[in-house]
Amino acid sequence: MLTVVEKTGKSIEEALAAALTELNVNEDRVEYEVIDMPKKGFLGFIGNKPAKIKVSVKKVPQIDIAIKFLEDIFAAMKIVVAIETVKNVDDYVCDLHGEDLGILIGKHGQTLDALQYLTNLAANKDMSEAKIRITLDVENYRKRRQETLCRLANHLADKVKRFGDKIVLEPMNRHERKIIHTALQDDRRILTYSDGEEPYRKVVIALKR
Amino acid sequence: MKEIVEVIAKALVQDPEQVVVKETESNNITVCELHVAPDDMGKVIGKQGRIAKALRTVVKAASTRENKKVIVEII
Repeated sequence: MLTVVEKTGKSIEEALAAALTELNVNEDRVEYEVIDMPKKGFLGFIGNKPAKIKVSVKKVPQIDIAIKFLEDIFAAMKIVVAIETVKNVDDYVCDLHGEDLGILIGKHGQTLDALQYLTNLAANKDMSEAKIRITLDVENYRKRRQETLCRLANHLADKVKRFGDKIVLEPMNRHERKIIHTALQDDRRILTYSDGEEPYRKVVIALKR
Repeated sequence: MKEIVEVIAKALVQDPEQVVVKETESNNITVCELHVAPDDMGKVIGKQGRIAKALRTVVKAASTRENKKVIVEII
């Protein structure tokens, strides 16, 4: 896509209008600098000098691209969603609020993960800019899921200690596996590792020897 | 369903103007055919189909709400 053009015209306004047509954007999306001021020559024709300007399309902040992307999807899905964005040190968290957003979460957060992956791709499409990371959440689903997984991990670790057999969990994505590993990393008697190939990689909880 | 596939595909490719989605319906099954510029195929499929899978997951979520079955084909 074109991002910078130089245009000439009888006046600055005219040059700008021509540039906007060529770039196919609205005026609020661009900024311009004047290279030559227009000059009226003697008798209106000798020494006439047209205006020359350089117009460039302003870069849209990546997080705004992401939010626009989500809004477009929700509009196409015909659901009403309020997006609340919080900027953290190394990522943005977009919390989605609305009625009946279970469909956005899906089984074990599958849909939410897919949507989050696509949102990150859309925001980072322009590879000349530094990557940003966006985490999507629906009504604190991720936090609740994390608590559930921690509880599950501790409960299963107790079982392993009691019976000595290792326990293999159901397949999880890497974020969820990490939650399990982290929850049990300080347990001296317990060893955790992942086994199998994506997308069926599973966490195994076993006794340390 | 067409709009959702279109919104997502356009956000991922370098050449949004070449994104075309055709929708056909037969026996309650909607088929969305997604066409993109040849150079953009990778952008909508991804490594081992990861992007295509995410795209289908989101479309499937939207379609269950409308009690439809939707298949997304990338051509």
